[in-house]
Amino acid sequence: MIQGSNMAEAHPVGFQWVMEAKARGAKVIHVDPRFTRTSALADQFVPIRVGTDIAFLGGVINHVLQNELDFREYVVAYTNAATILSEDFQDTDDLDGLFSGFDPETRTYDPASWQYADAGQKQEGQGRQQHEEQRETASALQHETHGLNVEGDPPRDPTLQHPRCVYQVLKRHYSRYTPELVERVCGVSQEEFLEVCRAWTEASGRERTTALVYSVGWTQHSVGVQYIRTGAILQLLLGNMGRPGGGIMALRGHASIQGSTDIPTLFNILPGYLPMPNANQHESFQDWIDSVRHPGSKGFWDNAGAYAVNLLKAYWGDAATADNDFCFDYLPRITGDHGTYRTVMDMIDGKVKGYFLLGQNPAVGSAHGRAQRLGMANLDWLVVRDLFEIESATFWKNSPEVETGEIVPEECRTEVFLFPAASHVEKEGTFTQTQRMLQWRTKAVEPPGDARSELWFFYHLGRMVRERLADSTEERDRPLLDLAWDYPLHGEHDEPSAEAVLKEINGYEVATGRPLSSFTEMKDDGSTLGGCWIYTGVYADGVNQAARRKPGREQSYVAPEWGWAWPANRRNLYNRASADPDGNPWSERKRLVWWDPDKGENGEWTGDDVPDFERTKPPTYRPDEGQGGIAAIAGNDPFIMQGDGKGSLFVPQGLIDGPLPTHYEPVESPFRNVLYGQQANPTRKEYDRDDNPMNPSPPELHSDVYPFVFTTSRLTEHHTAGGMSRYLQYLAELQPEMFVEVSPALAAERGLQHGGWCHVVTSRAAIEGRVLVTERLRPLRVDGRTVHTVWLPYHWGSGGFVTGDSANDLLGIALDPNVLIQESKVGTCDVLPGRRPRGRAVLDLVASYKERSGVDVDPGTPIVTVGPDADVHDHRDPVMRKEDGDP
Amino acid sequence: MVRTPLDWPVLRQLRGPDVLGRGPAARSRDTEELTPRTKTADRVVGSVCPYCAVGCAQRVFVKDEKVVQIEGDPDSPVNRGRLCPKGSASKNLVTSPLRQQTIRYRAPYATEWQELDLGTAMEMVADRVVKARNDTWQDIDEKNRRVRRTLGIASLGGATLDNEENYLIKKLFTAMGAIQIENQARI
Amino acid sequence: MKPLIGEHSLFGPVDPAAEAGYVDPPARKGFFTDTSVCIGCKACEVACKEWNEIPDDGFSLTGMSYDNTVSLSANTWRHVAFVEQPAAPAAATDGAGTVDLGMPGPPPPTSPEGAQATEELPDFRWLMSSDVCKHCTHAACLDVCPTGSLFRTEFGTVVVQPDICNGCGYCVPACPYGVIERRTGPEGAKNVGIAQKCTLCYDRIGDGQRPACAQACPTESIQYGDVDELRERAKARVEQLHEAGVMDARLYGADPDDGVGGAGAFFLLLDEPEVYGLPPDPVVTTRDLPHMFRRASAAAAALLVGAAVAFAGRRG
Repeated sequence: MIQGSNMAEAHPVGFQWVMEAKARGAKVIHVDPRFTRTSALADQFVPIRVGTDIAFLGGVINHVLQNELDFREYVVAYTNAATILSEDFQDTDDLDGLFSGFDPETRTYDPASWQYADAGQKQEGQGRQQHEEQRETASALQHETHGLNVEGDPPRDPTLQHPRCVYQVLKRHYSRYTPELVERVCGVSQEEFLEVCRAWTEASGRERTTALVYSVGWTQHSVGVQYIRTGAILQLLLGNMGRPGGGIMALRGHASIQGSTDIPTLFNILPGYLPMPNANQHESFQDWIDSVRHPGSKGFWDNAGAYAVNLLKAYWGDAATADNDFCFDYLPRITGDHGTYRTVMDMIDGKVKGYFLLGQNPAVGSAHGRAQRLGMANLDWLVVRDLFEIESATFWKNSPEVETGEIVPEECRTEVFLFPAASHVEKEGTFTQTQRMLQWRTKAVEPPGDARSELWFFYHLGRMVRERLADSTEERDRPLLDLAWDYPLHGEHDEPSAEAVLKEINGYEVATGRPLSSFTEMKDDGSTLGGCWIYTGVYADGVNQAARRKPGREQSYVAPEWGWAWPANRRNLYNRASADPDGNPWSERKRLVWWDPDKGENGEWTGDDVPDFERTKPPTYRPDEGQGGIAAIAGNDPFIMQGDGKGSLFVPQGLIDGPLPTHYEPVESPFRNVLYGQQANPTRKEYDRDDNPMNPSPPELHSDVYPFVFTTSRLTEHHTAGGMSRYLQYLAELQPEMFVEVSPALAAERGLQHGGWCHVVTSRAAIEGRVLVTERLRPLRVDGRTVHTVWLPYHWGSGGFVTGDSANDLLGIALDPNVLIQESKVGTCDVLPGRRPRGRAVLDLVASYKERSGVDVDPGTPIVTVGPDADVHDHRDPVMRKEDGDP
Repeated sequence: MVRTPLDWPVLRQLRGPDVLGRGPAARSRDTEELTPRTKTADRVVGSVCPYCAVGCAQRVFVKDEKVVQIEGDPDSPVNRGRLCPKGSASKNLVTSPLRQQTIRYRAPYATEWQELDLGTAMEMVADRVVKARNDTWQDIDEKNRRVRRTLGIASLGGATLDNEENYLIKKLFTAMGAIQIENQARI
Repeated sequence: MKPLIGEHSLFGPVDPAAEAGYVDPPARKGFFTDTSVCIGCKACEVACKEWNEIPDDGFSLTGMSYDNTVSLSANTWRHVAFVEQPAAPAAATDGAGTVDLGMPGPPPPTSPEGAQATEELPDFRWLMSSDVCKHCTHAACLDVCPTGSLFRTEFGTVVVQPDICNGCGYCVPACPYGVIERRTGPEGAKNVGIAQKCTLCYDRIGDGQRPACAQACPTESIQYGDVDELRERAKARVEQLHEAGVMDARLYGADPDDGVGGAGAFFLLLDEPEVYGLPPDPVVTTRDLPHMFRRASAAAAALLVGAAVAFAGRRG
C-alpha cells in the first residue's frame, strides 16, 4: 500500500523490494493525485484529490469497523481499543469539526476531556496553555519517541462494547466516512475504494501482513501528523504493526535526514529526542528531567535522567558535575517558535545577523522562496557551505527579486562567504538511513582545493571562537570555554577524527574510557558520558559497528551484521507484537521473535531480529500495582515506549490538533469541507503577515480566482532543490527544463500547447515552465464539480547546467501545529498560457490576482469557521469593500 | 607485446579460422590490452550513496588519488549492488566541472565575487560569529526569563551531513547559545 | 576444407563467436531486458555513461513524456523510452481510422469531451523500456566495416575498436535498428568522429564483471548472462505473465530464426515493437550478400566466358 509517496521515482532502489514482493504474489496499490512511475508498476492505481487522504483512510477504517474485519485478538491485547475514555470527551460530530476543549481565542485545545476515564485529571486550562507552548515548539517531534504518559490502570472493556471505550468512539468517529462520502470528497469511485478495502483487509491478519509506505506526500500538510496517524490506526486495527511484512515505512528523502533528527540540528530537541529546555517549563534540572520521564509513569523513558546527564557530560566534560547539575544552566533556553520559517520572518524583520547554510538551498528548496531570499538579503553575513555555487549563495546577483528590482546588489549589505564542501567520498563518518541504520563511509580521497568537511569547519570554527574568548571573564562565555572540544586531529589539514566523535556519541566510562555497550549502562552520577543515548551500542566493545559489512547473502534476511540500527541493533521496532500474547508467533509464516521457555535460566525472547523487549521478561509477567518505569510494562504489552504498553488508536496526549484524525480541507482549497463546518485544521500554525498571503478558500469569497489545485514533488532524475543534480551533466540532460504537467482537459480549457510555455500564479508568485500535456493527470469529480490538478517538479533555479523557475516560490507558509512542517504538497493557483511577464510586470500580475481575490486587503485566511467565534471575513466582498472605503 | 610481420591483420586473417576477418583476426592492440579500471584501481573503499535515505552501499575505486568509478556494493543487503540514476551519477557529483574548489566572497554592496584564501575566510567568520553573538546576547528575555542565548545567529542544514558533523554542529551552537539551528527534517 | 562463407555466415541461426573463428569460445553473453519491471529510472543510461565516459547528449526538453535523450546514439548507448498509452477502448472503436504509429511520446491533446470520457476509462498505461544495441547474431555493421574496427568478440558481442575505426560511417546505414552512429561532439570529448555504440562493457565482462547498466538496474529489468540461459528465463517469464493474464507480453529479438539470427540483447515487451519505437521485423541488411555474391560471380564468370569466346573467335 503506497500512499503519499512516489516510491519508484524517489526511492528507486528501495522499490526493488516492492517489485520482489510483487513477483512473489503481493498486490501493490498506489493512491496518489498523479499517475507516476510508481503507479505504472502498481496493480491498482487510485487517483485521489490532493489533501484528502484522511477522508480516504477514514473510509477504510470505517469499512474495517462496520464489517468487523479487524484482527480482534491483536486489537484487544495490543492496542488501547478497550480503554474507556472520560465522560467529558466530545467528538467532531458533536461539535461540527472540533473536539471538546477548544478555545477559539488561542485556537488551542485543553485536552483534559480527552483523557482515559479515572485518569488523574489535570487542572482546567493548564493543558491549554501547554498546547499553546507545544505548538510553538513543535512538541510532537520531541514526542517522536516519548510516547504516552499513563499513570495507574485506566479501566478497560475487553468485549469492546462499552460506549466510551476507544473502539466504539473510533467507530462513531468514522461512521460518516462512507464509500459515498469518500467518492464525494476524494473523487475516488466507490468501486475503486472498495477494491482497496478488500485488498488491504484480505492481506492482513494472522497469516498475512500489509506494509504501508508513505513519504512527504503525507508529511507536508497542515494536518500531516494526523495523515500518518490515520495510517497507524489502520495498521493497528489490522494487526500489521511490529510484524514482518507489515508496519509503516516512512521513506525519508536525504542520506542522513533520520540522523539529523536523532542527533538533531533542530531548534527544539537535543540528541536522543531530549527536549531543548524551555524557559517557561524547565526552570530547574529536575523540572527538565521530569518533563521527559514523568515520574510514576511507565515505560523506558523512566531513565531519562541518565540519558540527560550523559549528554551534559559529553558536552561539558570535567566541568559538568552533580554539584552544578552537570552544567544544565549552560543550555540556552527556547521560549517559543524558533523554527526555520519563523527565523526567515525574523531575517526579513532584521533580527538575525548571521546565517549558516550547510548543504541546504532554501532559496529553491524551502516554501515561499521569495521570503527566503528577501530574508537572506537582510543579513549582516551569510556562510554557505556547498559543493556548488547554489542559488542561496547568489541571491544577491541573479535571484528573481533582482529581476523585479526588489533586491538591488549595490544596496544589499549581506556579506556572503561560499565555502567549498567535501563530498561524501572525501570524508568519513556515518549516515543514518530511513530504517534507522547507521552505515560508516570510509574516506576515499582528499577533498580538492579548499574543500573541507563540516567536521573540519565546525571543529576549527569552535577552536577559533574559543581562542578569541580565552581571556574572557564574562559568565556568558563559560559554556564555550568549558566545552569538551578536544578531538584528535590527523592529516595535513588537521581533520578531526570522526571515529573519536562517534565514540563520544556512543558513550564511555569516564574513568576508563571503556565504550558502553548499551544505554542501560548509562549512569546518572557522572561516571559515564554519551552524546546520544539511542546510539549507544554503535561503538560497543570499541568496534565501529556501523562499519560492519558482512555480505547480505552470508546472513539471515534480517542482516543484523550489516551496519548498526538504533536502538540496540533492532531492525523491526515493536517486534514483540509479531508474537501473540502468550509469546508464540501469530503464525509460522509470519514469525519474527518469540518466547523460548527453554532458553536461558527461565526462558528468553529469541528470533531472527533483536527482540524489542526485555529479554528475560516472560509473557506471563504482570506488574504489581503501583509499579512505575519499565517494570510496569506487562509481559504482553509490546509497545514499550508507550505508558500503557499499548498501540494508541486514540491519542489522549501529545497531539495539538486532536486525539483522532479528522478530515480538514487544505488551507488553500477550492472546496468547502463537506464533513464539518470547520474548514481546515483549526490549530494550524500560520504567520499572518502581508508578505505571507494565503489564497482565499471557502467559506470565504473569491477562491475561484485561484481555481486549480497544484502539488509539487520530485523526479527520479533530480534531487530536491537541485544542488546535487542540476550541476551534473549526466542528470541535467535527463530532465533539462522546468515543466508543468496538466491534463488534456485543462490544456483545452486554458489554451495550453504541449511543449509550449505556461505560467502559474498564486498570491505569492508567478513562475513559468514548459507545458507537458498528459493523461497521467486526470480531472476528478469532487462534490459535484470537476477539479483540475496541476503538477510541478521543484528542482530548478538559476544555477547549474539546466535552469528554470522554482516551484516553491508559489507556496505560502502554513504549518502543521505538531511539528511545524509546512503545507507544501497542496495549494491553489491559476494557470495561463505563454511565458510569465518579466521584470516588475510579474509583480503587477501577482498584485492583480491579489486584488481580485481580496488578498490585498487581508492576507490571512479565516481559521475558525464554525461556532459563534467563526472569523470568516466579509470585507472581501466587493460591495463591502466599497462601503469600507477601500480603493 | 612484440609484433612481427606475421601479426599483420591480413596474414592473421588468412592463417587462422577467421577468414572473413570479423573475429580474432580483427583484434587491435588496444583491444588485446583492454582492462577494466575497476581492476587496475589502487584501492576500493566502502561508501554510502549521498542522495536519498535508502542507504545504498557504494564501492569507490581510486587510482592515483582520483575517484575513477563508483558503483553499488553487491554485498549490501539494502541495495544488492544496484543504484538509481543519481547514485550512478555520484562520480559525476564528485568530479563535476562546476564543483567549487576555492572560497568565494561577496563584500557588502558588491556586484561580483572575489577570491579569499581559506585561512582568512575562517578568521573573518570567527570574528563575525563572536561579534554577532555579543551584539545580540540575551541573558534574560523580554519576559524576564533566564534564557542565556543569542537570536542573532541561525543555521539551516544537516540532512545531507554525517551524524558526527551534526553532533559537533549542535554541540558548538548550543554552547554558543545559538538556538535557531534547523535542517531539512523540518521541511 | 571449410568454405569461405558458411551457410549461415550472414543469415540464420549460428553461434556467432565460433562462426567468427574463435575456437572454444566462452558462452555467448547478452542482455534480457524485461520491460514489464522497468521503472524508467534511467540508472542504466547514467551507469553506462559513467563507465564508458560518454559525453552528455545536450540539454533540451523534448516533450516526449520523460524521454529527453530521444534515441540510441553515439552519446546514448542505453536509452529508456517512455510510452504514454491512452485507454485501449478508444482505439478499438476507431478501427477504420488512422493508425497510431505508437511512437514514444505523449498522446495528442484531446478535447474536453474526450477528457470527460477518460474519467471513466482509467486503463491508462505508461510503458517504459530500456533499449540497447542488439548485438545481432548477424551484424551488418560488422560485415560492412572495411577496416576491421567493428569485430566479433569471443562473447559473441559486437564491439567498435576506436584505435582502428577511420570514421567512414558505412556501419551507420547498415544497422537495421539505427543503433550505431558516429560521434560528432562535443568538442574535446574522446572518440569524436568515430563510430560509437554499446560494447556490452567488453572490458568488464572480460574480467567477469557485469555490464554497468545491468549492475545498476534497480529492478533487474536488465539482466545479463549467457544468452541460452537468458532465452529460457525470458520464455518462462512470458509464460508467467500470460498465466497472470498479461496476454500482451511477448519476446522481441529472442528468436534465432528471425531476420538478424536472433539478437544477443533481446526484450520482453508489453505491446507491439512499433509502440516502443522498435522495427517490427528487422532484417540484417547484408542478408542478400551471398545471393548477390553468387549472382555477381555468375555474371562475372559469364562475362569472362564471353570475353574468352569473343577472344577465341577473333583468333579463329
